[in-house]
Amino acid sequence: MAKCKAFYQRYKRLVWAAAAAAVLAFPLLFPQESVMTIAVRVLIYMILASGLNIANGYIGLFNIGSAGFMCIGAYAAALLSTRLGMSFVPTLLLSVALTAGVGALLAFPTSRFAGFYFSITTMGFSEIVRLTALNWVSLTRGSNGIHSIPKPSILGFTLQTSTHYYYMILLILLLVLFCIRRILRSRVGRAWLSIRENPDAARSLGVPITLYKSLNFMVMGLILGLGGCLMAYYYRYISPEMFQIDNGHQVLAMVNLGGLGSIAGPLMGAAILSVCMEALRTMAEYRMIVYALIVLAMMWLRPQGIVGATNTVMVQRRMAKPAKKGRQQKVRGGV
Amino acid sequence: MLKVTDMAVSYGQFQALHGISLAVKKNQIVSLIGANGAGKSTTLMAISGMVPKDSGEVLLDGEPITDLKPHFISRRRVAHVPEGRHVFPKLSVEDNLLTGALADTTITKAVERQRLEEMYALFPRLKERRRQNGGTLSGGEQQMLAIGRAMMSDPELVMLDEPSMGLAPVLVEEIFALILRIKASGKTVLLIEQNAIMALQIADYAYVLELGNITLQGTGRELLGNEEVKRAYLGI
Repeated sequence: MAKCKAFYQRYKRLVWAAAAAAVLAFPLLFPQESVMTIAVRVLIYMILASGLNIANGYIGLFNIGSAGFMCIGAYAAALLSTRLGMSFVPTLLLSVALTAGVGALLAFPTSRFAGFYFSITTMGFSEIVRLTALNWVSLTRGSNGIHSIPKPSILGFTLQTSTHYYYMILLILLLVLFCIRRILRSRVGRAWLSIRENPDAARSLGVPITLYKSLNFMVMGLILGLGGCLMAYYYRYISPEMFQIDNGHQVLAMVNLGGLGSIAGPLMGAAILSVCMEALRTMAEYRMIVYALIVLAMMWLRPQGIVGATNTVMVQRRMAKPAKKGRQQKVRGGV
Repeated sequence: MLKVTDMAVSYGQFQALHGISLAVKKNQIVSLIGANGAGKSTTLMAISGMVPKDSGEVLLDGEPITDLKPHFISRRRVAHVPEGRHVFPKLSVEDNLLTGALADTTITKAVERQRLEEMYALFPRLKERRRQNGGTLSGGEQQMLAIGRAMMSDPELVMLDEPSMGLAPVLVEEIFALILRIKASGKTVLLIEQNAIMALQIADYAYVLELGNITLQGTGRELLGNEEVKRAYLGI
């Protein structure tokens, strides 16, 4: 791990250039629809995991109900586009605005809960959303789901193949990551991290906790909703069973595997776990066992995730400099 | 500048403060001394809005701040350094300090930068360690960080809860010298201390708190000479 880091520090530009080239050229190298399908799914999961990381990684609340936000985003997109015939961009904007609002609202009843109580509330929220989608048959067609969601078209260009989706979702992902980075380096990000580190101290410093929590949930809801919305547009069929608690857990596992509280962590977790899942598809249900084993092994070997909790974005930026002088500090909490 | 009248606080059945009154004048150091469990920390937490009050009134520059939320009280330029330091262990020293500026909602980047430099001038050791994580500092450095962090909002009134707790004697001296420097910069200090001798030596005015009541008050010098205080708190 230390070697990887040293390598990265040394050839930073080269690593980035190589990664960018690989990501951009990927569809040219593997144009098969089967490969591209997986690639698009990885990208969507990267967006979802980055969204969940906003709450779980940066403000330290353990949200296990991410499926609820995905469900709202997906159903909003599906209903707006099939029932009202709205085009892609307005649908996208409206559905993420909706999930952002739901996120902000959810912050109020949960602002007094901490730890497990909070987690259980989010789980309840997720199930309420799914059961609503399942039982409000007149609107959502219940367990039949909504099919033939139109292909998105932007400025007259209609997305046809997975490769088209790949580039569009890649662009959205980059935009999301850029925004997250900007937020983290602003006052808002600082407030989130201070609440994560020590809510009491943050309060004594005059940080309005409820306000920043609801802001955090808003951003989390927005990104998770965006992911759900893209799912609806890509699969072109959604049903309540795509948004069970387990589907939320998958995103959660990605965030934890990659490393909470870092930008690269969720991306890495999403890539590794979704590729594993595809590779093990032949094992049918048994792949979930492998999946669980990966998660367990990770908790055992490296509980802070692949990228590691010490490398939160803010520290990473800073640790980069002393590292050059050869006195990089590996730091654990503890007063 | 700060006037507390008949403030009572209870935690469930237990009444921690039985209606205390105290006043802090501008540019003074006011010390609050007393044994463990006398209600010293509760007093500060009640003033800064961290615990709800049963009754009483808190006036800041003549305006009531009794029932304001903590972040509104911070905006009135009252800073509270809680007991036990509470630095953010995984944030760098610089980020810790910058967090202190969050209470000041109208601050610009330039002013924030300038205050940061002021803090580094006040605590040269923090500047050396600016990129290090808060949790890796020594106890004394963490205390300085906690004080510096609270000062980032440029408060008028600084409330310090046991700043010398758990520090080596040399560092205790350093902390007290720092408190005098804070006063010299035109700020007002409300100080809680177990180290009664030093707290009374630097205090312009002091209160003795016993089981939730103020039993004695006077200038620092008066209390240092008081027989009862000598016996109970100074061990002379």
